[in-house]
Amino acid sequence: MNRLMVWLPLGFFVILVGFFFRGLSLNPNEQPSALIGQPVPVFELTDLMTGERLTREQLPRQPFLLNVWASWCITCQVEHPYLTQLSKQIPLVGLNYKDTEIAAKNWLAKLGDPYALQIFDPTGRLGLDLGVAGAPETFLVDSKGVIHLRIQGEVNDRIYAKKVQPVFEMIQ
Amino acid sequence: MKKNIMIACLLSVSLCLHAAIETYQFDSPEQEARFRQLGYELRCPKCQNQAIGDSDAEISGDLRAEVYRMLKDGATDEEIKEFMVARYGRYVLYNPPLDKHTLILWFGPAVLLILGGIFVGLRIRQSKKALEGIDPQI
Repeated sequence: MNRLMVWLPLGFFVILVGFFFRGLSLNPNEQPSALIGQPVPVFELTDLMTGERLTREQLPRQPFLLNVWASWCITCQVEHPYLTQLSKQIPLVGLNYKDTEIAAKNWLAKLGDPYALQIFDPTGRLGLDLGVAGAPETFLVDSKGVIHLRIQGEVNDRIYAKKVQPVFEMIQ
Repeated sequence: MKKNIMIACLLSVSLCLHAAIETYQFDSPEQEARFRQLGYELRCPKCQNQAIGDSDAEISGDLRAEVYRMLKDGATDEEIKEFMVARYGRYVLYNPPLDKHTLILWFGPAVLLILGGIFVGLRIRQSKKALEGIDPQI
């Protein structure tokens, strides 16, 4: 009994330290999305490139990446070459978020357009329904339109291999 | 002289840097109070420790506008919070409701305090017992 009383607080302390230590390595900016397992929200917007009406039904019928970007977003420019390369393996749908048509088109003309579809969302309405906090964000959506993963910030080789690929292989 | 002109220029520039202040028109003082309260209870998804009511982040402005729109449409506070949680997760609630996910959050500290109290109590009793065993004459 006596010995237990001596070690119990220490054990407790070690457990707490373990929790705090884990907390140190968590990124507080990475929030779990509330939309995991949910379908892409209903929307009625236009295609940035053609100006035609665009709804949820026109999204690809196979797993794809929904990339939220804007011409004012520096990180989007950083991840753009990688996404371009990635678009050869997995369809890429763009969600042009709180941008202007001219700036967005110029951006694509300058850096290249790897997107299969480009949803134009100048007011950020669909962004809000998706729980987007800022650009870039990337969602992995399956063939039925259900969201499986959300990456906040840049998608690169490391993030793709670690987070996206395992889920992508699972839903394929 | 050049330096003085430059300083004068810099000072005049800084005078122009006012933060954008939104103006919302409310139907009643109650509605305005609810708007302020919600702005205080909803957390900015982009900035860790700020409510949307006192954050300059773009997204906070969007969420404030959404809260305003919903208030005008006659939504209840609960409906507005549910709307935000459905999109941004429980994270947006600065005042989390008591349910099975938040039990530790609400009762964890109290449980720790009670456990600590029991422990200290037992220790005191033990040391008292130990003291009783000692002959005070020595």
